[in-house]
Amino acid sequence: MLSVRNLINTTDLTVSDITQILDTARTFEQINARTIKKLPTLRGRTIVNLFLEPSTRTKSSFELACKRLGADTLSISGSSSSVVKGESLVDTIQTVDAMSVDMFICRARFAGSPEIIERTTSARVINAGDGKHAHPTQALLDLYTIRKRFGRIEGLRVGIVGDCLHSRVVGSLAPALTKMGARVTLVGPQTFLPARPDALGADATADLDALLPDLDVVYMLRVQNERLEGDAIPSTREYAMLYGLDGRRARLMRPDAVVMHPGPVNRGVELTSEVVDAPFSLITNQVNAGVSVRMAAIYLLLGGEGNAISD
Amino acid sequence: MAGTPDEGRAQALAPKAVVMDEQALDRALTRIAHEILEGNEGTDRLAIVGIVTRGKVLASMLADRIEQIEGVRVPLGTLDISLYRDDFGKRLSPVLHSTTLPFDLDGAHVVLVDDVLYTGRTIRAALDALMDYGRPACVRLAVVVDRGHRELPIRADYVGKNVPSARSERVRLALPPFDDHTAVEIWNADDWAKVHAARHAGDQGGEE
Repeated sequence: MLSVRNLINTTDLTVSDITQILDTARTFEQINARTIKKLPTLRGRTIVNLFLEPSTRTKSSFELACKRLGADTLSISGSSSSVVKGESLVDTIQTVDAMSVDMFICRARFAGSPEIIERTTSARVINAGDGKHAHPTQALLDLYTIRKRFGRIEGLRVGIVGDCLHSRVVGSLAPALTKMGARVTLVGPQTFLPARPDALGADATADLDALLPDLDVVYMLRVQNERLEGDAIPSTREYAMLYGLDGRRARLMRPDAVVMHPGPVNRGVELTSEVVDAPFSLITNQVNAGVSVRMAAIYLLLGGEGNAISD
Repeated sequence: MAGTPDEGRAQALAPKAVVMDEQALDRALTRIAHEILEGNEGTDRLAIVGIVTRGKVLASMLADRIEQIEGVRVPLGTLDISLYRDDFGKRLSPVLHSTTLPFDLDGAHVVLVDDVLYTGRTIRAALDALMDYGRPACVRLAVVVDRGHRELPIRADYVGKNVPSARSERVRLALPPFDDHTAVEIWNADDWAKVHAARHAGDQGGEE
């Protein structure tokens, strides 16, 4: 049983919540490997996928997770919803809520939207990414991928490289990693680093090459081009030279170290194709873990209702 | 399960009756092993599948006996039916176990093994789960105890002991490693609930 009603950010979760989600995901991974992947567990339940911001991989991953658990899904996207006609988020939620749904999965452009939904409905809520704030299921699938590779999370050294200041992945991943006993260092130019990395449980550095030989996990963030070519850094090319991971720089990594990325990758900017497709790249494993981890979160949140534990 | 301060008090509560002891269970399993072999005319295509958690242990005990009799080790599988239950939302299985069927299920002669047969809903779920993995040639059911009160048209092919019971009672198989002794016990449901709660106080729900 999780200690939370809704999954808003990893900072709300206890160590035992996180462990339970990862353990449950392992069972779902086995189910996702068999021929008949659909389960009857959530038949008759309705889950709303409310994606107010474009998303391909998170949306499809959640949709598959819902379907494989046997739930009915209702997809509402930003461009097709009444939000375009000026309806407020609260009105949209109240309208859909009146149709008796069991869960909202929400991707939103504005930080805090999941909390607004949480206050508006009695259905369960999963944050599928809100603004620059949090993306808890991404963090959980990353933890799952790391634990599967290393057999543990505790004691690992993780470097998160890129625009840590504007990243919702960092907002969920860094606190979750430190909670589970890993040591996290944020890496990037000063303009990409938060003023208080310690608020996320991390430290920070601008020198990637000096840190690389110490890391077990090199977590590369997507460079958002629209942010790059501005005041933050002079050019994409300069960023790639200083913070991009190519084959040459990857040779500084320890032999058992791995590279991860939340996707989609800008090939040639933060990662070269050589590194993306290298055997030490876990990027495909991350996508693969996504469905299982999301099934686990949905299962554990919706299953908590009766508040009784089966024997 | 670690002892808790409450456990001592709960231990004072005892089952109303013990209907099978370790020796009786041993004899019943040996007989069932013979009956399975007789029904299947040997070990051809035979596979034993235990329903977690106690059925898993019972399945391996049955496989041991079959090996002693025929000298053949039959394939052994385990099935977790948590995701196939019909009471999701009322009762959550907090710990999901692996389902492993390390043999070709298509065409197999499966013997499902569980500890206590009661409403039949667990077996309904197990049959659905099994069919999602393949198409066995036949499925038979072996249980240690049949306590009656079926809610579905399901019956066991091999039964250790028929134990008439009241719905207000709890019939359970105590079995290592889940318990410190082997016995089939009838409990007053309220007493058992107290013992169960004391045992699981403070943990995440545990194995049971």
